[in-house]
Amino acid sequence: MSEQRFTGTEHYVATDELMMAVNAAITLARPLLIKGEPGTGKTQLAQEIARSLARPLYEWHIKSTSKAQQGLYEYDAVSRLRDSQLGDERVHDIGNYILKGRLWEAFESAVQPVLLIDEIDKADIEFPNDLLRELDRMEFYVYETRSLIKARHRPIIIITSNNEKELPDAFLRRCFFHYIRFPDEATMRAIVAVHYPDLKKELLAEALAAFFEVRATPGLKKKPSTSELLDWIKLLLAEDIAPEALRSGDPRKVIPILHGALLKNEQDVHLFEQLVFMHRRAR
Amino acid sequence: MLVRFFFELRALGVPVSITEFLTLLQALNARIAQVSAQDFYYLARACLVKDERHYDRFDRVFAHVFQGAELLFAQLLAAQVPPHWLNGLAERVFSEEEKRRVEALGGWDKLLDTLRARRTEQQERHQGGNKWIGTGGTSPFGAHGFNPQGIRIGQDGSRQHRAVKVWERREYRNFDDSVELGTRNLKLALRKLRKFARQGAAEELDLDGTIEATARNAGLLDLKLVPERHNAVRVLLFLDVGGSMDEHVRVCEELFSAARGEFKHLEHFYFHNFIYENLWKDNRRRHEALTPTERVLRTYGRDYCLILVGDATMSPYEITQPGGSIEHWNKEPGAVWLQRLCAQFPRLVWLNPQDPQRWGYSPSVRITRDSIGERMFPLNMAGLDLAIGELRRPLSSVRTSAGSAVATSVTQGLPPGVG
Repeated sequence: MSEQRFTGTEHYVATDELMMAVNAAITLARPLLIKGEPGTGKTQLAQEIARSLARPLYEWHIKSTSKAQQGLYEYDAVSRLRDSQLGDERVHDIGNYILKGRLWEAFESAVQPVLLIDEIDKADIEFPNDLLRELDRMEFYVYETRSLIKARHRPIIIITSNNEKELPDAFLRRCFFHYIRFPDEATMRAIVAVHYPDLKKELLAEALAAFFEVRATPGLKKKPSTSELLDWIKLLLAEDIAPEALRSGDPRKVIPILHGALLKNEQDVHLFEQLVFMHRRAR
Repeated sequence: MLVRFFFELRALGVPVSITEFLTLLQALNARIAQVSAQDFYYLARACLVKDERHYDRFDRVFAHVFQGAELLFAQLLAAQVPPHWLNGLAERVFSEEEKRRVEALGGWDKLLDTLRARRTEQQERHQGGNKWIGTGGTSPFGAHGFNPQGIRIGQDGSRQHRAVKVWERREYRNFDDSVELGTRNLKLALRKLRKFARQGAAEELDLDGTIEATARNAGLLDLKLVPERHNAVRVLLFLDVGGSMDEHVRVCEELFSAARGEFKHLEHFYFHNFIYENLWKDNRRRHEALTPTERVLRTYGRDYCLILVGDATMSPYEITQPGGSIEHWNKEPGAVWLQRLCAQFPRLVWLNPQDPQRWGYSPSVRITRDSIGERMFPLNMAGLDLAIGELRRPLSSVRTSAGSAVATSVTQGLPPGVG
């Protein structure tokens, strides 16, 4: 049983199910795969785990061009070639041209680190497969120097995915999985309270009501999520908006003020306006 | 019980493997989950389910297999907790009258049985009252400690109560793939059709090529560049805008917008009920700006994937007879045009937005399916997956249509360059 358990932090509200998944992954030293709507705090989770357990955090952000090998190490052939043409002494040791990747750095950490592999679905479809052995055995082989790199401590690995590609079964089998559901109103209150503790009560109530109303609008291309709500509240606070102004009873201000923080594309804004208009006519 | 759980999960189509099952056992062994049904549920889900689309199925199996599992945990607790402790608790919690009522119910064992019976009887969350299990009531079950509020330590009551039913609320129903079909899901499915190829301007450094060329060049640096990789799949989308398609407009729009976002080489055409000699690209100008189907056949190469979307529900004459079209006089029957398409585009699927259970009722669906070689799939996530799988097959193994002989004979009648 792990001595340390993750229970959320003062900046991060973790549900019971999320804590269970995280603690299971920590105890059994297996990667934890996190999915969920954008803006529900997937990436932040790794940072908060690292902070609450006081562990170093290594972040590996994946792009569509990322290769699994880049996380291990890269052999900088071009600069070695250049050095050889310039007659540099360094050229004789190939180790000078091995650049360590994030995984290698995490493996070398003196205390058990947290490794975040962010947005793994952005990479090529074969990417997760190329990491199977590394994640399973926590070791890899450097062909250029003929050495085996082994993790000093099995890192706590958090992997996030936005579901853009399906991940291979063999990879999934090695992970724990958790889907961060969109928070219900009570959890949302807790989240807002953590971020803006001295928020006026009635403003929060009005803002949340308006927010869930917008979210419930059918056909939105991008539903606003937690991070958008937090942004919006920040704006409302900065502008010192009175709670009454958010109430949709006012016919001239049917669209929530500063909606730019909530609705992220013009079709959605347009759709929302139309719906509100129709709603008003119906009354 | 766990093994049965495992097999029932598999039976309902949740892809669990032995490795994952062993992981769960290992986790249980490491005492990650405390003695609580809710913890066990979360742990089992994190271990066994790797896709939120399967959460709902998992919930269903869990509810089914562990019916009354909360009781089991309570029993376990009762067995582990020393009896005097429980009695002490009862002293504290129960009034004399309540204790007499417990006796009246026949003691602990009887109580458990009754509790189980009521659990199955009771359908909703309950608060107050005097019969059902719940918080704040005078029911023997609400107050004597089977409600976790009494025994469980370190968690507040509302959470506990919510937990009992967490797998029965089935909140993940929307993620099940046979139900929902949003633009994003469609995009995901279409994305599987991606095929990357290097085309266009050479902009990326080809490291291996550079090293090889440099070696050949006696060590003098010789840079090689290759074009970037792009999605090279080409897609033709034919959409039915016939009257019977009205009820499927939304799903077709979603498919269309998803496909537009995914494929660089996407061409779309509309047709009414069935394919005849003309198609059109713009529904508002459909009578002026027609595109002859024959020109489409000539313009787009065999490497295009053809996706037809339509309910294929009409009078059979509209397919088989010349002049069968309800809009105009067609010289050749629609079936002939469909065969030409089959011959020109070996990668072809038909997506039907109608419920597959209703396909059998219209002979026209049967005719269409026969003539394209059973490549008709329902327009839902599962069907789309199958369709994409069909389109991805290597060309040699693509099913030839039942009427391929007809297809070759009809294409011979066309001007050169077609077929």
